[in-house]
This record gives sequence, C-alpha cells and structure tokens, in this order.
Amino acid sequence: MPANRLSRRISRAPSPLIAYAAPWATVVLASCMPEWPLIAMAPIMPPLGFMTLLAWRQLRPGLLPVWAGALLGLVDDLFSGAPFGAAMALWSVTMIVMDVIEARFPWRNFLTDWLVAGVFIIAYLALGWVIAGRSGGMIAPALIVPQGLVALVAYPMVGRTVGLIDRWRLMRFRVLS
Amino acid sequence: MAPPGNRRPGYSRRAHNNIFFAYVAAGVGALVGGALLFGSMSSTGNFASLRNMASDVTQPAAKLSAQGRSAAGGAWGVAAGYFTSGPENARLKKEVALGRVQAVELAAVKQENERLKAMLGLTSDTPRPITFGWLVASTSANARRYATISVGSLQGVKSGMPVRTHLGLIGRVLEVGLHSARVLMITDPESVVPVRRASDSIPAFATGKGDGTVQLRLLTLGINPLKVGDAFVTSGSGGLYWPGTPIAVVSSLTRDGAIARVLGDPAVSEMVAVLPTWAPGDDPTLPPPADPVKAKADADAAAKAAAKAAKQKAAE
Repeated sequence: MPANRLSRRISRAPSPLIAYAAPWATVVLASCMPEWPLIAMAPIMPPLGFMTLLAWRQLRPGLLPVWAGALLGLVDDLFSGAPFGAAMALWSVTMIVMDVIEARFPWRNFLTDWLVAGVFIIAYLALGWVIAGRSGGMIAPALIVPQGLVALVAYPMVGRTVGLIDRWRLMRFRVLS
Repeated sequence: MAPPGNRRPGYSRRAHNNIFFAYVAAGVGALVGGALLFGSMSSTGNFASLRNMASDVTQPAAKLSAQGRSAAGGAWGVAAGYFTSGPENARLKKEVALGRVQAVELAAVKQENERLKAMLGLTSDTPRPITFGWLVASTSANARRYATISVGSLQGVKSGMPVRTHLGLIGRVLEVGLHSARVLMITDPESVVPVRRASDSIPAFATGKGDGTVQLRLLTLGINPLKVGDAFVTSGSGGLYWPGTPIAVVSSLTRDGAIARVLGDPAVSEMVAVLPTWAPGDDPTLPPPADPVKAKADADAAAKAAAKAAKQKAAE
C-alpha cells in the first residue's frame, strides 16, 4: 500500500464505513475462518475470534462498544460448536470486565496487556471446557492445554495483525464535493 | 499508554446516558447469552436452524478452502515424491508383480463368493452412497468435535445418516441445511458407536475422547482379550451405522477395554460419502420378525388343538 494513502492530503478522507466496520468484520472472519483450513480431530486451533476481540479492545478502547461482545459472540456461537449462547455470555462478560480493569489500572504496556489477555484466554478456554463437558461428555482436561499454550504464544501476533488492520482501517479515499 | 478520556464525559447528559445504556445493553447481552446457554445445554439440537443458515452462507467459501487444502496437500506430495522416487519405484515394481498374482487369486475368490452367495440367496449388503461431498470445516477451536460437509437436504442428506471416507467411518449427520450439513464425529464425547473386533466379533462400544481417539468398552466383563493393533469395525447393532465399516485400531489397553486410533482421519481425505441410514429390518439376509397378531392366533390354535386332543384322550 502506498504511504500516501494514509497521510493527510487535500480531498482525501478515511471512509467512516470502513473505519467503524473493520473491527466487527475482522472478529466475525476470525470466528468462522479458522474452521476451514484443517479438519481437526482434536481442539488445536486457538480461539481466534475471542483473541481478535481482545486485541481490538486493547488496541482501541471504545471503538467497539461495550455491548459488542453479545452480538459478536452470537455470530461465534453459530460456528464454534459450543452450545448456543456460550460465547454470547462469555464475550459480554469479557467486555464488561475489560472495562472495569481499564478503569482500575489505566496505565498499560505490552507485558501487562499480554498478561491480562492471557488470563482472559485461559479463563475462556477453561469455561468452554466445562461447558463442553456438561453438554456432551467427559473430556480430558489435558486436551485443552496445548490449545491454551498456542493461544498464549499467538496472542501478540494477533495483536500485531489487528494493528496492521487498524492502519488500513484509516486508509484515505478521494472525497467528492 | 493512558486510556482515552471518553470515560469522563463532562456535563453532557446525553454522553452520560450513552455510557449508562451501553453498560445496560452489555449486561442484558450477558444475561440473554446465559439464558440461551442454559436452554441449549439440555439439548444441543436447539438453534440448529440458525447454525444451518450460517453454514449454508459460508459453504461456498469453505468449500473453496477445502479444495485448496486438498490441492496443496497433493502438491506437497508431488514435491516430496521427487526425493523418494528411486527406491519407491523399485519397491512399487516388486509390489505390482506380487499384486498381479494376488489380483488373479482375488478374482477367483470373488467369483466363488458370488456363486456361494447366489446359492444361499444373499444379496450384496454394501450400501449405495446417497451423495458425495467435501469436509469443509470442523470446530477446531472447541472441545466438541463437529464437522461440516458440503452437501445438504438438496442432495438428499437426512439427519442420522452415517458419513465415511474411503478409509473409515467419520460420524453421522446431526443437522441438515440446504447445501451443508453438520456431522457429529465419532471422536466427539457424545458419540457412541456399537463396534466389534474384525477378527472374532467381540462386541464393544466406541465412545469418542475428543482427541482423535476412541475409548473401546467391552460388553463382556472378564479378562481383557484385546491386543494392540486389533482392528475394529462397526457391528450395526441398533441400526444407524452399516455393519462392517472400519472404524479404529487399538493403540493402548485400559482396564475395561482399550484406546483406539480412528482410521478415517479426516485430515487425510477431504471427500466423504453419505450413506443411507441402516435399519436392520431392511436387511434381506435376516429372517422376518414375528408378526404378533399371527403369532397369538397360532398360539391360540395350538392351545385349542391340545385341549381338544386332551378331551378326546379323556373320552377314550
């Protein structure tokens, strides 16, 4: 992408549609696309939809409204395989608790962000495991450990990708009039 | 980095209200989600129509991805083949020579089998697949094991139909959309498949463990007769799954059975066949079930005849 698409220029402005729709669209895509590339016999992919939501929330607080967790979780429930409503409830609670944490600890850096996100990811996977066990049958707890480790390591990369998309989000287009 | 100042909206009543109602909406979302979760925990089939609609919408993109995955796997195989082509060529030539001989023997056995089957009046019990499709998605981030296939009710797929690859059983259809369907894989903890050992028909149940293996539980108690490497096929008891579909190979023993590795690894083959549901009553090789009305009439007639005979004997 040429650099001048981002810099301030006469008669060029960011598109409000793209600027506001980008976080929603990326979270929805991150919810449904990881299911396509491989047919897994075990849960191995990190919960990318949830991680993208966390990354957007940490990168741009306030861009996604606090109720976005319910709608995005509803979409994730359609694809994830968890009982319907699981992501809707957990993601809503996540957004509210993230707000509380931000109010309590306003000063953040890379490591604290990673730590907070890591706690959220581990709690999300553990609760997802409990819900899956209650709805189907007993699942060995060791089954979600590799998934959790992959998710923890991959979170900064998800954050980087969201940061890249955040740059594109404010790409400038020619404005008429 | 400090957070933005939108937490302190100043004296604007409207901004205060916006923040307050956003929190109310988030709380309501959490409560509604919890209620939906509570409702769908009891029966996972709830909200199936919504899920089917979503998988119908994403089916074209997912199918494209599945075809790309298949092509990529093939390309990798071709590239890797260049490095092993020499020894493999020699090995294959040897195998072909052996295979030709075996093919002739097989043809003779097949003919004999057909002749014997004709003598007994048996018909073939291999089902004709309803349709073939791609495995397009799986719940790879969740502990439950569902897969999505690229065929649905438009292709004649119905709930309950078994799904298999050329290697073995994958699972059964759970929810059907227009041109996509959700499959409960045999490795899901909710799936239970009646199986038997291929060599001597020891019956067992195969329950998924969620990690690509199944737990085999023997029906008969006593000394565990299983050995590592035993192959299991579906037994067909109870209907649904056709008998004789390969399912798993024992990889380690437990106290009351074994852990078995699933044969039809969906990561290897993306094409699946959807088979009709097997109902044991439809099997022409089984004797017809007793007709309760006719059986009762026969029993009554027999009792009457016996009573008559006893009376005659008494009269004599």
